[in-house]
Amino acid sequence: MIRDITIGQYYQTNSVIHSLDPRVKLMGTLIFIISLFLGMNILVYIVATLALAGLIIASKVPFKFIVRGLKAILILILISAAFNLFLTPGTVIFKVWKITITDRGLKTAIFMVIRLVYLIMGSSLMTLTTTPNNLTDGLEKGLSFLKYIKVPVHEIAMMMSIALRFIPILIDETDKIMRAQQARGADFETGNFIKRAKAMVPILVPLFISAFRRADDLAMAMEARCYHGSNGRTKMKPLKYSKKDYLAYLILILYLGICISLNIIF
Amino acid sequence: MSIIVDKINYIYEAGTSFERHALKDVSCVIEKGEFIGLIGHTGSGKSTFIQHLNGLNKATSGHIYYDGQDIYEKGYNMKELRSKVGLVFQYPEHQLFESTIFKDVCFGPKNQGLSKQECELRAFESLKLVGLDEKFYYNSPFDLSGGQKRRVAIAGVLAMKPEVLILDEPTAGLDPKGRDEIFSVLENLRKTGITIILVSHSMEDVATHVDRIMVMNDGILKYDDTPKNVFRHHKELEEIGLAAPKVTYIMNDLKNAGFDVDTDAITIEEAKKSILEIL
Amino acid sequence: MINHIKCDKLKGIVVNEEISYTLIRNEENNLNIVKAENLTFEYIRRDEEGNVESINKAIDNVNIDIKEGDFVAVLGHNGSGKSTFAKHLNALVSPTEGSVWVDRMNTLEHENTLRIRQTAGMVFQNPDNQIICTLVDEEVGFGPENIGVPEDEIWERVEKSLKAVGMYDFRLANPTKLSGGQKQRVAIAGIVAMKPKCIVLDEPTAMLDPNGRKEVIEVLHELNKKENVTIILITHYMEEVIDADEVYVMNEGKLVMQGKPRDIFSQVEKLKELRLDVPQVTELAHELRKEGLDIKEGILTTKELITELERIRGLKNVNNSR
Repeated sequence: MIRDITIGQYYQTNSVIHSLDPRVKLMGTLIFIISLFLGMNILVYIVATLALAGLIIASKVPFKFIVRGLKAILILILISAAFNLFLTPGTVIFKVWKITITDRGLKTAIFMVIRLVYLIMGSSLMTLTTTPNNLTDGLEKGLSFLKYIKVPVHEIAMMMSIALRFIPILIDETDKIMRAQQARGADFETGNFIKRAKAMVPILVPLFISAFRRADDLAMAMEARCYHGSNGRTKMKPLKYSKKDYLAYLILILYLGICISLNIIF
Repeated sequence: MSIIVDKINYIYEAGTSFERHALKDVSCVIEKGEFIGLIGHTGSGKSTFIQHLNGLNKATSGHIYYDGQDIYEKGYNMKELRSKVGLVFQYPEHQLFESTIFKDVCFGPKNQGLSKQECELRAFESLKLVGLDEKFYYNSPFDLSGGQKRRVAIAGVLAMKPEVLILDEPTAGLDPKGRDEIFSVLENLRKTGITIILVSHSMEDVATHVDRIMVMNDGILKYDDTPKNVFRHHKELEEIGLAAPKVTYIMNDLKNAGFDVDTDAITIEEAKKSILEIL
Repeated sequence: MINHIKCDKLKGIVVNEEISYTLIRNEENNLNIVKAENLTFEYIRRDEEGNVESINKAIDNVNIDIKEGDFVAVLGHNGSGKSTFAKHLNALVSPTEGSVWVDRMNTLEHENTLRIRQTAGMVFQNPDNQIICTLVDEEVGFGPENIGVPEDEIWERVEKSLKAVGMYDFRLANPTKLSGGQKQRVAIAGIVAMKPKCIVLDEPTAMLDPNGRKEVIEVLHELNKKENVTIILITHYMEEVIDADEVYVMNEGKLVMQGKPRDIFSQVEKLKELRLDVPQVTELAHELRKEGLDIKEGILTTKELITELERIRGLKNVNNSR
């Protein structure tokens, strides 16, 4: 289960989506999310579905990978769907004992699920097609105007990129420590909540110690390679817009325009 | 007690793009009191294999019998199996977590549901077995040196009184001194009659200590024989990224140079004897 | 003593002016790349109130001179101070007493730090904990980026360094998916891309399997020969030391042995006392010698052993025929 987390994973292949500027992809994700939350208009969702499907095909990332990210938050989706389904007032269409389902409840629940699923798929698609470094470069450059109000944009971006790089390593490590403690008879599967929480101590302590040790080592390795913040630093792969990117922006504006107009007209 | 491994296969992440056939029809019999060396280059399947022996991995097909009982049978007590087949992972010191060494070693027996007194007794015994100085027992495990930490971690597994002890590269990253300490612990343990399976990259270490060698390559158990017989295949071993002990090569070179020495020698002691005989 | 004065003189000049720095450099071309003088380093452990609990001398009055272009090995078991010594060469720690000079820059002076780190690049033990980026080429470019190399030149350097360590075909791979030996080679390329005069490696092979170990050592010898990069290899594997130009052995913070590999390995008993290994040929020769065979000390290769045994056999035959 712990291996199903796809956030921060990158899928290496050559596609148009991979080669786009990360700023375009960030903006695209943002616009896609906005379009999902514009309203509950079926036409907008059809357009969004088509757009998402088109992007997934263009990205050459296997569909399985994109869906894998959903498994980890399945429970979250189900809970929010249940809340909407049972707690929204409206015309009752189904009633058993104290459980009522209303027409509006059903509609919100369905849209809620689609929204969340699309949201995760959209952002997974972005991280799967963008290397963490590229992504943080995009954020750094896209948000560089914040430097003028003394936000340490470069440092935040660097921290983010390192965190993303270490997620898979720490997941692996958790798995290893769990197995090692299981070999010493530890039991993570049975017992009540408190017992299970207590059983986490033998995993969490070694995990934290290892994370700190790694952080310490990495800091030293970075220092040894002359890292000293953004001051005087050049870029090996500076972000430059190409024709493709401008075209992509155009498509994004068009997409947003269509979604908004559909919402207003229908 | 004996372990019978009958044609086990293990397919990793079946049905995904990561799918890998990690073990292919592996069969062997491990008898009580044996000291076995398991060698193979990184990714040959040896770590996957040993995790089958204590039930942490479940074979995709095939059977494992511990003491005549199929461990995959419904209702088989896996927890008990894990205490009978102790597994010391690579860099085991990374699993230490308690505030004192003594408490950490008690973790295993506590999980077995033993009384406090019994837990402490076993902790004492096993810390003695690994030769850790008593003055450290109530210190934090994190203040020890690398080699000491590792011995504490091994004690943590020994405290469960396993009948079989499996160690995955117990000397990785240690200096010669730390390595010697681990081997003297293993030599002491073997006298107690415990079965030991040692995963190692050092042919020299394996040659000096074990009675039997298993060689894994690409998920297949390629050789399973006495060290002498296995190292006779040094050419085949080289093809799969392994080697014979250096001293075996020295003896082969001597033979080629016209000295009638025993090319089966795999330890310095044997090589010395053979050379002295002919001179 | 002369060295001592020279260095003190240098200290003043290097700090003040760039021009005199280059002048001196031309004058004394063959001056050592690394020099440690009366180097002492203490770890001070404090309890919660900040009182000194214990003082631990990690390095105790060490003097080392390393010639430019040499392949140098520093041996010693864990806790002998060898890793702490390595960190001094990269200005990652400062001496408690004495001083360290890297290419005539004093590591104590802050304005030198970046230049020192560029001159003496450092590779660490754990391959996973020193990789910063998610693509091999970006990883190698990280150092040059930090020292402000222009974009085009970074690409050139990355290509060249990756080729030098034989990892160019992997430039678009994710470094975490590589084998241990490959990871370390990428780490070495990351240092080579900063064009250092010297590479310090702190037990780079301790966590690798024998094949990975071989890969790394071969790359190091190649860099040393082809690019004339000074290599300072810190290790406890004796086989890696045989081809070194100079070997230093540390124990409990002190420098206890120094010399050519042959000189070091001819003292098998002393090495054993220090709980260090010797190569199997050397040990076999030593054991035979103990049994009364007249074999010379410090055998490093099988060939040497064969020559010695042939000589002994020849003598015996002569004696027998008499």
